[in-house]
Formats: sequence, C-alpha cells, structure tokens
Amino acid sequence: MSELKPMSNPAPASPERRRFVGAATAAAGLAIAPGVLLIEVAHGRPEDQAASNAVRWGLLVDATKCATGCNDCVTACSTENGWTPVAESAHARQAPQWIRKLELQDPLTQMETNLPMMCQHCAEPPCVDVCPTGASFKRADGIVLVNRHTCIGCRYCMMACPYKARSLVHEPLNDTQKPDVPRGIGCVESCTLCVQKVDRGDGNTACAEACTAAGHNALLFGDMNDPESEISKRLRELPTKQVRADLNLNLGVRYHGI
Amino acid sequence: MASITFREVEGSSLKYWLLFGFLGLFVLFGALAWNTMHHHGHVITGMDNQIVWGLPHVFAVFLIVAASGALNVASIASVFNKPMYKPLAPLSAILALALMLGGLLVLVLDLGRSDRLIVAMTHFNFKSMFTWNVFLYSGFFGLVGVYLWTMLDRSVKTYSKAAGTAAFIWRLVLTTGTGSLFGFLVARELYGTAMLAPMFIIMSFAYGLAIYLMVLAAAYAWTGRPLGDAVMMRLKSLLAVFVAAVLYFVVVQHMTSLYFTKFHAVEAFILRDGGIFTTLFWVGQIVIGCVVPLVILLSSLGKQRTWIMIACALIILGGIVQMYVTIIGAQAYPLDMFPGLIEKSSFFDGEVHSYTPSLPELFLGLGGVAIALLVTVFAIKVLRLLPASLDDATVAKLEH
Amino acid sequence: MKRLLAVGAVVLTTAALAWAGSDAQPKASGAPKPVITKAVKGEQCVEPTDFMRRNHMRLLSHQRDETVIEGVRTKKYSLKECINCHASETTGSVAAAKDDFCVSCHSYAAVKIDCFDCHSTKPQGSAAMHPLNAETAHYKHKLAAQAASKVSAEEMAGVAQ
Repeated sequence: MSELKPMSNPAPASPERRRFVGAATAAAGLAIAPGVLLIEVAHGRPEDQAASNAVRWGLLVDATKCATGCNDCVTACSTENGWTPVAESAHARQAPQWIRKLELQDPLTQMETNLPMMCQHCAEPPCVDVCPTGASFKRADGIVLVNRHTCIGCRYCMMACPYKARSLVHEPLNDTQKPDVPRGIGCVESCTLCVQKVDRGDGNTACAEACTAAGHNALLFGDMNDPESEISKRLRELPTKQVRADLNLNLGVRYHGI
Repeated sequence: MASITFREVEGSSLKYWLLFGFLGLFVLFGALAWNTMHHHGHVITGMDNQIVWGLPHVFAVFLIVAASGALNVASIASVFNKPMYKPLAPLSAILALALMLGGLLVLVLDLGRSDRLIVAMTHFNFKSMFTWNVFLYSGFFGLVGVYLWTMLDRSVKTYSKAAGTAAFIWRLVLTTGTGSLFGFLVARELYGTAMLAPMFIIMSFAYGLAIYLMVLAAAYAWTGRPLGDAVMMRLKSLLAVFVAAVLYFVVVQHMTSLYFTKFHAVEAFILRDGGIFTTLFWVGQIVIGCVVPLVILLSSLGKQRTWIMIACALIILGGIVQMYVTIIGAQAYPLDMFPGLIEKSSFFDGEVHSYTPSLPELFLGLGGVAIALLVTVFAIKVLRLLPASLDDATVAKLEH
Repeated sequence: MKRLLAVGAVVLTTAALAWAGSDAQPKASGAPKPVITKAVKGEQCVEPTDFMRRNHMRLLSHQRDETVIEGVRTKKYSLKECINCHASETTGSVAAAKDDFCVSCHSYAAVKIDCFDCHSTKPQGSAAMHPLNAETAHYKHKLAAQAASKVSAEEMAGVAQ
C-alpha cells in the first residue's frame, strides 16, 4: 500500500475563499435562476430515487466536427474515471481503454473520418445477453454497466461485443481508483456514460464537456426520450447512423457523418 | 451371453507410482500456474483486450468436448445394445467424468476472478449460454455418475439402460451447448452459425474416441492384460468414420462461408493469409488431424496397433490445433465495424491481433489434462472398471 | 504387538493434547487486539456502534445493489461515507496500514475484505490527502482528546458471535 503523499496542488481552499465563491455562485444563480432551475429539474434526480426508464441517456457524435489528432475526449475520460492513459501504461497492449479515437479511411476515395468509439449503450446489448451471472446489465435509463460485485471475469461479454468496447483489468490497481469510480483487477469494464456524473445531476459526460471546451462541439450528451432535449432536437435534424446497424441493437450512441 | 470379469488394476508397481507421480507433478505445475496468474492478474499471460480467450480456453473446451465424446463407447453399449461394447463401458464413463473435471477446472481457474466461483453458482442469467452450460456440466456429472453406479453395482443393474440413455441424450445437449457458446456470438464473423453445434458433436465423437483408445491400449499394455484385435479393429473403424465426418463438416462450413462475399476476407484470413493460423489450419487441423489419420486408419497400416496409436495421437493433436484456430483465430481477425473502410486506433482496430501464449497458460492447460489422466489412473486402481481380459475369444463369446 | 501400538497411540495423543492445551491459553489472550480509532468526523455512526459492529456488512451489501443496479445514491449506508468518516488521520485511508479502521478488525477476525480490490480506500477530493481540511479542521480538538481505543476481548467475542 502506498503511503500518504502530499498532493501536487496542496493549497486547500480557505474558508474565506470558499464562502466568497459560495456567495458569488448564489448571486449568479439568482440572476439566471429561471433557466438553470429548469435544466436542474430536467436532469437532476433526488439521490434516493432510482434511475427511471422515462429517461434514455445517449450521445450524438458529429464526426464531421471531430478533429484529427485531437484526443481530448479520451484524456477527459481517463481523468474522470481514473484509468491510466495508454501511453503511460506499463502494459499498453493490455491496458483498458474506455474510449478511443478511431481513424477511418475509404481506400477508394481516400476520404478520412475521425470519431470516438466507446460502449454504444445498446437497447439490446449482446454483452448483457451472454453474461452468465447477470453482472453485465442495462440500467433503467439505458446505461449499460458492469456490476463488479458479481463479475467473475469470464470475458464472454468481450467476445460478444461488436464494438470491442470492453476491457479486462489485467493487473492490480493498488488503490489508484477514484472514490466515485470503483474498478478492479479481474473484472471487465467499459464506458459508463459517466454514471457518477449523471447521478450527481451534472447532465453531461466528461468526454462531451472536454469536446465542448476544446471548441469542437462534436459530442452532445442528453436524454433521447425527452423530445425537448438538445440531443433529441439535433437528432431530428441531422442524418445519423448507428454503427453496425445490421445487428439491430438500437444504440444509445448515434453518429453523424459516417 | 458370457459374463465378463472386471478387476481393479493392482497399482502397486513402481511403474504405476512413477506414472502417478509424473501426472501429479503436472497437476502441481498447473496449480502453481494458477496461483501465479491469480496473484499477478492476466497481465502475465499472452491474453489482452483483443485476444480475450487464450490457451487455457483451448485446453478447456477441447477437454470438455472430448469428455462427452469419451462417453460414446458406453452409449453404444447401452443405448444401441451392442454387447461387444459392454465390457468397454465403465472405462468410457470414468474417462468422460475425468476429462470433464479437467476441462472445467481449467475453465474456472482462468477466470479473472476465479475466487468468485461461488457467484457463478448463485447468480444466473438464463439468456446466457454460459449459464446453461453450468447446468449442463453439473447434470453431466450427476447422470454419468449414476450411470457408472448402475454398471458397477449389480443391485441396480436393471436401470443401466435408462441411465445410459439419459446420459447419452444429455451429452448430445451438452456438446450442443458447448458449440453454441461460440455459435451464439453475433459479433464475430467465424462464429454466429448453427453449424458449430453439430460440428462440435461430431468432433467430440472423434476426439473422445481417440483418447479412449489410447487410454485403453495403454492400460492393457502396462498391466499385461490381453487386449484382442477384435476390439481394436472395431473401434478404429468407428474412429475413421468419425474423423471423416469431422472433415466433411469443416469443408461444408468453409465452402458455405466462401460463397458469401461478406465472409471472403475472414475466409482468406484463415485459409490463405493468416500466417500462423493458416499454417495451423492446413497443416495441423486438416493434414495432421484428419488426412493422415484417415490414411493410416483406412490403409493396411491400420492393422498394426502402433499405427493406430499414432493415428489417435495425431487426431488429439489435430483437435487441440482445431480449437486453437477456432477460438484464437476467430479473435485474431479484427472486428469489422465499418465495412469497406480502413480502421486505425490505439486499440488495434483494423489489424490482425497477435497472441503468444505464456508459460503459466500452457501449464494451466496441461494441468487440466494431467488431472483428467490422474483421476482415471486412480479410478482404475480403486474401482472394477477394466475387464480382466479382452482377448478375441472372450469378446467373441459376447456376440452370441 | 497390537497392544503395544495402542498404548503408544494413547501416550502420543495425551502428550499432544497437553501440549496443545498449554499452548492455546496464552495464545488466545496474547493475540493483538484490533485498534479501533474514533472516526475523524462526527460524534455518532449512522446506527448504534453495537449494531454497526455486527451488521455493517448487511447494510453495505444492500446499499451496494441499490446503488449499482438502480442508481440510488443515498449517503447514509454508503461505503463512501464510511470511508469519509473512518479514514485514518495518518494514512488517509481505511485500509492502507494494518491499524486502519477496516483492516484492523478484519485481520483480527480473519475475514477477507473484498471491497478494496475495486473501491478506493480514501475519501473523495482533497480530504483523501489531507484528512483534516477546511471542512473537518474543527474536529481536531476532539481527536486530541480521543486516544485510539483498544477493544476488550469480551467485546470482540460478542461481535464474533
């Protein structure tokens, strides 16, 4: 076990500063309260309330806006969820990757496309079908997860996934996990649509936040069941495709420009 | 009908204990391999997030398939009423149980969380082929165990046919289940076909009988009991038919796939461009596993016992290679998410995945084989499984 | 010959029993007691201490299924909240050192904890590295008063039952 080490940015917010920030936030909140509150009501869920199937979380990926060479969504995911970036991993070949940038090229026309690939959060997930213990499951709000309490590491879901979205944790993590994101040796894992953020009421995923922050706006997260949500509106307008639509899995991640 | 005397093998010679110790050593190596893998995690194996099932699965599935096949000799005796096979039945049943045990042990010890086996026994998802297999394997132990009991205990002998029939039907369902582990996978081009279930059944016939023949011949040779040609010739002809049927199924499967354009690339990978997998397929699975054994068994060479043993060994070797190509070859070929486009990523999309088995994986697999043989060697010492004599005269009397 | 063997067996058994008996006594009282440090935050656990000692695993197990499968994130019985209060002041963790809250008792009772293969043993945010941050600094005077309390053997025996 590692010993206690001081963190690199030790300056803890002083009470005064905290109070100031709090007051400032409150004031700002009052000013734009009507709009913010509406969003809060739409996305926040009381902590004692179970996820509901009235909601279906999804992502819209606009491949035409996804920048070549940009890896911000991948970095943000690794930071938020605590998995080691491949480049820094001692065993890169076996390192888990919850999200990856995929470069596509048409050999005939030379057209190149960039897009992030991750768990597609199928409505009919093959990984859930094949899981012997039911550890691989779909939450009521459409998020496909692994229950690590019952995952035995058989890797059948990895065989079944058409998107190669899942990874096995091949080595001990030695307490490097984030308190919000438990993950561990011998269990299978994949994109959770930042379920910890969703449950907290953030209403966004780390990858989409990073993409917006970088100014690309290629990722949009939201409730696909709510006709008034931003993602539903965009999905109505933009022609989108599902990867391997022939499998008819009804994906929670939709791509434009592929 | 003449009666047959069954007798335990003495099992007190130095040779017996040397064999016992030799097998025990491999069981120990297997246990050490598991302990190492469990301690460090799968990072020390050749497996990764592309090749998720490696050498242990090759051994495990081979042993499980062979287990159900090894029961065949007993089934012919009780289900199809062939008296000549009756004296051969007890060894067939115990071999089936032993191989199944070895295969299952390898399978569960290769789990990412092998310490959580109890979870697999208490949490079930009935849409999963794996869950069905958990029940099929447990049922197999139960039914074959009862069947063995009816063969060994005179007081319950009358139930032998019923138990044998139940075990026979069960083993067919079981191998269907094993084949469907792969057949029910939608994502991989080489899987996702109903062909795999019957193909696994016919493969089980061949692999199981080859192992049975080798064990039978070895047991009789090493204990100095007479084993006549009548038995050997009958079984070797049967083996030739099974091997020919395996070859037929493999040809039909690949011919079908070759007809569909969408499978051309993956077929080209296995049959022509796949490097090690192509070599293994043609040299290992087809030539060593099918063609050469067929030539031996059907030609005059097949009249000599040494050559029959060579043919059996080749069939077993070919069977392990076939599992390697089926299980690892199918994973090595990249998933085609965007047909027609070239894919590239940090996660090895669009490239053929390489796999180099590690030592712990090999020893875990061999440990399963060793435990199967160890159980058999021990069982024939403590139970009356082997007829004292299987010479031609004794066997001939059974037929009348 | 047979009688001789029987006598030998009796003598050996008696000797073995006597040896085991003499050894068992001091060992039981000599085993190191678990160190149970008072929680950094708060006066009282979410349930009475006696109840928690015997039933924390049931509460955690129930909560874990609700959280993972249904997405219910109430704090009362959550493992994260256990860690938030019980992380050691020195290691910042509930399971990093042998005297840390979870490990101390579990190693005494010889019950393997499966939580921390996957769960972080440290509280969220800066508290992980600074057990007494701005929010918890006012507990410091309490901590000074409470030395790590040792649990009596009788108490532990009660829990074991």
